[in-house]
This record gives sequence, structure tokens and C-alpha cells, in this order.
Amino acid sequence: MAESLEQVYTTLKKQFASSILDVNREGFEMSVVVERSKIVDVLSYLRDQKDLVFKQLTDICGVDYLEREERFEVVYHLLSYKYNLRLRLKVTVDEENFVPSVSKVYSAANWYEREVWDLYGVKFEGHADLRRILTDYDFDGHPLRKDFPLTGYVEPRYDDEQKRVVYNPVKLPQEFRNFDFLSPWEGMTHDLMIPLPGDEKADDTKKTA
Amino acid sequence: MGIIKPNNPSSTLKDQCPVPPSSPEYEKATPITAPAPFNIMSDRLKNVSADEVTRRLQEETSDKGYILAKLDEVVAWAQAGSLWPMTFGLACCAVEMMQTAASRYDLDRIGTVFRPSPRQSDLMIVAGTLTNKMAPAFRKVYDQMAEPRYVLSMGSCANGGGYYHYSYAVTRGCDRIVPVDVYVPGCPPTAEALLYGIMLLQKKIRSQGTRMITR
Repeated sequence: MAESLEQVYTTLKKQFASSILDVNREGFEMSVVVERSKIVDVLSYLRDQKDLVFKQLTDICGVDYLEREERFEVVYHLLSYKYNLRLRLKVTVDEENFVPSVSKVYSAANWYEREVWDLYGVKFEGHADLRRILTDYDFDGHPLRKDFPLTGYVEPRYDDEQKRVVYNPVKLPQEFRNFDFLSPWEGMTHDLMIPLPGDEKADDTKKTA
Repeated sequence: MGIIKPNNPSSTLKDQCPVPPSSPEYEKATPITAPAPFNIMSDRLKNVSADEVTRRLQEETSDKGYILAKLDEVVAWAQAGSLWPMTFGLACCAVEMMQTAASRYDLDRIGTVFRPSPRQSDLMIVAGTLTNKMAPAFRKVYDQMAEPRYVLSMGSCANGGGYYHYSYAVTRGCDRIVPVDVYVPGCPPTAEALLYGIMLLQKKIRSQGTRMITR
């Protein structure tokens, strides 16, 4: 019987010693990095083992670490409601390689994997229906990648001659602006002594005087 | 205020004639004929209270049994008083829209009843963020509405993208997809603001008349 995440890790280590690449314990949480090719085996084991029963796949996330060689991380969140434990599993992958689909192990993974594919372009091997799920029909690109421009490439508009919605390249009337919230109204109470925009010269005059 | 007897020019004309009967110009200014037909929609009534309009309407109907008015004004009056909005809540603004329809602000006391069918509604309240994926469907719903139709854009997102202005997934203003009559600012607008927007639209319909012929 698993009473703590340490016990879960011990069981897991006994079974998949060579496939566990890293483990990270922080507070009440534990993340285990496993080998990509073993994810189906590991998840099946965690689900079926009598003293673990991680019956629920709460979520699958994607993360994009642009600077890494294998830039994407796919994160599986598991819940064992019998023992009230949560576990996080991670695999890494790049743009070319496939992650084995776990939709046969957890049917909930079907849409989650579609979502990760849609937003990050991570490919899943053995998924029955790997279509986009959230973005627009005929969308181009994977918007949550770090190298995807915030505003995208196209924007819709109704064309009165063609009588339908058409897509044009993005044309912003106002360039993207990173609001600094240092207006005289909000910046006055700012803890850091950053001069307000336009107030830089005020200090200089003080110094000369 | 009693009921005014027919063919009693002095009291009926007093309300309508700019020259008081006591003045010397009265004879010259007013031709000695039957009083002019009473137009319920006429400009003279624009600054008159609703009670006064009702009183005069009752007078006319009890005196003559009919009312004279311009057809397009009557149609516009009827349309403004019975705007059925298409239920089109897209995001959090929809909650505020529901609040406007609920007991406190009670939209249906001004004849505005939500209708979950585009075929039988006159107004579309775009309440919330319009995404690119929704845009073709949104236009389809608008195209299904019968003329004359009106669009009220509710909240920052529908007005111009709002918080999501720079997003890859959000349409920067629903006026890129459909023509908009009234914009209600706010994030989200209060129920009062939406109510005011609908009343502005009623005002617009009353002052511009119906769109049946022009569009």
C-alpha cells in the first residue's frame, strides 16, 4: 500500500530502474522524468498496480523550452483517489520524434494529446485521431511555441463581394505595446525607485541645483 | 383633464397651435376649419411625457375612433418597442447580459425578450470575445436574421478585441464581420450600461425610422 510519494517512487524505481532519468521532489509534489519510449508501460503499471491505482489522468500539458536540444516536455498529471496521491510524469521530445500515445491506457488522453499537438506540434504515435482541437480551422502553426508570433499571421474579415469571411495577413493599426504601468498615477507608489517615463531629467536638474 | 368634445376647436387647438387663441394673430394664423388631423408621432409630441401621449391617444380614440400617423413612424415605434435579441453570449459579458434580463433590470418591460432563434429576432447582442474560429459561424447567424436587423456590440472584446487585441485567435472587433449599430463600452459593461445601449438603439430606430426600405 502506498502511503507516500516516496513509496510510489520506490515501487516505480524497482520496476523501471533504467527508464527513470530524474526525479524532483518539492513540497507535497513529485515529478518523475521517464524515458519517452517507456511512458505507456509506466502509466499502465501505475494504473494497474494494486497498491498504487493511479486511476485518473488529470491532465497532459506541453512545455516549450526553446533553448534545450529536445525542446518540448510533455507532462502527465496522475491522481490516485484510493490513496489520495498525485504524481507528475515528464517526457522530453523534439520536433521530429514521436511520443507514444497513451490514449489506449487512459481514454482521457485522447483530447489532451490532440491539444498538445495543436498548441505545440508534438507528435503522438498511435493516436487514432490526431487532429487540431482548439485553434481555427485551417490554422497554420502551433501557437504556444515560443517562436510563434503573439499576433499570428492572418486575421479574418467579412468580404462583402464574396459574401463570406476571408483571411488577410495581420495588419495592426497600433504596434504591440508592452505596458509598463508606470503612469504618474500608478507609478507614484512604486516601491522601486524607477524614474517615471519623462521624469528622467527632473533628477538631473535637482543634482545641478 | 376631461374628455374633450369633438369639434371644439378652442381646447384641442390650445395644445397644438403655437399661437394662443387670445392673441390678435390667432384669427390670421389659424384657418377656420376643422382641427388638423392629430398625428401621434409628430414632432410636437417629442418633448411630451409618456402620460401626456397616452392621454392624447385616449382622447383621439374616444373622440374619433381612429388615430392618424405616418406609417413608417408607426412601424419604427412598433419595432423599437419590441426588440427581440438573439441570445448570443460568447463570454463573461453574457453573464451581465443575463443580469440585464433578470428581475432587477427586467429587459422585457421595454419589450426586449431573448429569442434563441436568429430567424425570429431583430437584434443581436454580441456579448463577449469573438474568436477567429467563431467568426464564420457568427456571420452565418447574422445572415439568418430577417431584415430589419440590428447589432449591438457589448464590451471591449466585441468592440475592438479588448484585452485580447494582440492575440492570434481573437477577432479585433466584431465590426470586422458584421455592421454594428451601437457599441457599449466596458469590461464587462454593467447591466445598466447594456440597458442604456438598448435604449439608445430604440432611440436610433425611432429617429431614423425603419430600415425595411433602405436596406
